[in-house]
Amino acid sequence: MYRYDEFDHAFVAERVEQFRGQVARRIAGELTEDAFKPLRLMNGLYLQLHAYMLRVAIPYGTLSARQMRKLAYIARTHDRGYGHFTTRQNIQFNWPKLDDVPTILDELADVEMHAIQTSGNCIRNTTADPLAGVAADEIDDPRVYAEIIRQWSTLHPEFSFLPRKFKIAVTGSPNDRAVTRGHDIGLRMHRDLQGRPGFEVMVGGGQGRTPIMAKTIRNFLPVDHLLSYLEAVLRVYNQLGRRDNIYKARIKILVQSEGAEKFAELVEAEWLQIRDNAVDLPMEERDRIAAYFAPPRYDDLPDVCPALDLAIAADRRFAAWVESNVVAHKQPGYAIATISLKPHGGIPGDASADQMDAVATLSEKFGFGELRVSYKQNLILPDVAKADLLALWRALDGLDLGTANAGRISDIIACPGLDYCNLANARSIPIAQRISERFTDLQRERDIGDISLNISGCINACAHHHVANIGILGVNKNGTEFYQVTLGGVATEDAAVGAIIGPAFDEWQIADAVEDIVDVYLHQRQTDETFIETYQRIGPQPFKETLYGTDQARQAG
Amino acid sequence: MALIKHGKLADNIWHDTDEFAELQALAPLGPVIVDLDIWRQHRDEILAQIARIGGRIGLRLTPGQTPDLVAADLDHFELIELQFAKFTDGRAYSQARLLRGRHGFKSELRASGDILRDQLTFMLRCGFDSFLVATDHQAEAILEAVEEFAHWYQPALDQGATIPALRRRIHGAAGASTADCAAAWAY
Ligand code: SF4
Repeated sequence: MYRYDEFDHAFVAERVEQFRGQVARRIAGELTEDAFKPLRLMNGLYLQLHAYMLRVAIPYGTLSARQMRKLAYIARTHDRGYGHFTTRQNIQFNWPKLDDVPTILDELADVEMHAIQTSGNCIRNTTADPLAGVAADEIDDPRVYAEIIRQWSTLHPEFSFLPRKFKIAVTGSPNDRAVTRGHDIGLRMHRDLQGRPGFEVMVGGGQGRTPIMAKTIRNFLPVDHLLSYLEAVLRVYNQLGRRDNIYKARIKILVQSEGAEKFAELVEAEWLQIRDNAVDLPMEERDRIAAYFAPPRYDDLPDVCPALDLAIAADRRFAAWVESNVVAHKQPGYAIATISLKPHGGIPGDASADQMDAVATLSEKFGFGELRVSYKQNLILPDVAKADLLALWRALDGLDLGTANAGRISDIIACPGLDYCNLANARSIPIAQRISERFTDLQRERDIGDISLNISGCINACAHHHVANIGILGVNKNGTEFYQVTLGGVATEDAAVGAIIGPAFDEWQIADAVEDIVDVYLHQRQTDETFIETYQRIGPQPFKETLYGTDQARQAG
Repeated sequence: MALIKHGKLADNIWHDTDEFAELQALAPLGPVIVDLDIWRQHRDEILAQIARIGGRIGLRLTPGQTPDLVAADLDHFELIELQFAKFTDGRAYSQARLLRGRHGFKSELRASGDILRDQLTFMLRCGFDSFLVATDHQAEAILEAVEEFAHWYQPALDQGATIPALRRRIHGAAGASTADCAAAWAY
């Protein structure tokens, strides 16, 4: 993985010193909260319902064991013993004290991490396929480009005060695990006829109150022009994006009002003027960065592993875990294992300090000391020898981290909601807990198969409920929490926005409603159909009828 | 009001007007800053007056006015003022980079309005060289901020070397020098 050199270190150290000065001025009363706010936001420090919250960037979701231990240390020393992994491959600490924050940032800088640009109207942490570099279906490693974007976008002099926040996601695979179309810019790698890598550039995706999937404005951008092209997009947006209404300020609204074609023309015209200037990295700098992502020293292993097959046959819980949590690796004899942060009845995405430490150790024992954080708020061990899977699972099981539910219905993405967030309308966490407790039966979860269920506590849609097969949105009606259900969203390469199924449910009805929805699917599905395939075939009507009865379904429809 | 120019407190010699009549009363003309409307309506008269009795003219652009509108006239201005109505409105950063980089504007580029201490380095890097702020106290605080950062990733308009350029220098790879890097930004 990428390692800081002396310049990266110096850069982050300067930043921490600057923030230390700002915090001191705030505590001394020289800065009002109003004046301090933009400064703390530049460093990922939010003021939440009960306390400050520090959001730390995990660039493109890659962590070393050493970094994970540092996160555990921070959780233990400066927080209440846990951290929360988010859909944007960040980690949030919910209870830091203001005067501790510069020290926390110092600790982070020690392991080459920071909180720069995890908030504010700037280019946020660039996300990527969590299986980058190891996925069997990959065209090229997106981490190299995500790192190039990270460096370029960090404290960018021109693009740090955009109309609104700006999120970029990169994938190197045809199977999109980074929801690229849900981002302000999505980059998907392709190869041209000569076999050279390049990006399809998609612009104007986003969730929130106006969910829109990004439009392709360029089918193929050679990788050497990545930064100049991004600069052109950002410059057009910085000048023309709306600044009069925060709900209309994202680039998706500009792309929509100009039309994707016109927007593409504006970008191309700008790009023509800058495409050959200094911003694109020279080949040797790109190669220098790429060298950090060279594959680790894999052992030469046979791909078939009889010991694994035996273990699968012998233990049905292990078999279920392999089925849901293990995917193919590009290196023979290795596998990619998902560590579920979704124990039934637990808080999605939370990990305790002890769990973080233990996982760090497992990543060294069963891999090369590297971990990934996924969009689905789980952790991933990218390089596990197949023969080690059983030992790994046993260790995880003992840590309450061995739940066999990756991609299943209890693998719920949930935002912090009203338990923490000061924008929330309703709680998300207890709803996620209640729903997941309905699906503790292993066989039933396997039977339901691949499905996504996401819960957001308000229309900001941090849990991406619009692109979930079953989306749940918390709303507040006269002081009572209600939950609106959307069906049919898709987060992968065929991304789609779900549609509202009918009137909202209260907090006691919502888990029943989810069970009803699942039952409709189980009754209606044809052989091997996933939930979304059945939904796309039969449409919303059968779900409406079951949820609201025939009369109401007619009205709701 | 306090003015910072080229890293020091300075006197503001520029007069500001939005009335053409007032402008005519000044003889010789200026130094005076006019807005784009006045410039467009009275361009020829202003230039004639300068030719006749001398004078210095500056231009103020609002955040929505792209520098492309005055690209052909830039040689006439000894100063261009760009406004930060709110510190969150970052359009002037793009205006500044376009003026300096694309259109080759060499004279004073002034930022005015809501300028925070911690934005100064961004402004310097986009090519601003003077800053008009509300109070002396603010100006002093802003001056301190200039010293805080020495390292940057992107090529920009200050003369500092970028991190990629420093890397190439240290690691001895054949690559652009610092000067190349700063110069290459001028497109
Ligand atoms: S979706 Fe709303 S409630 Fe949930 S974290 Fe985002 S802003 Fe807060």
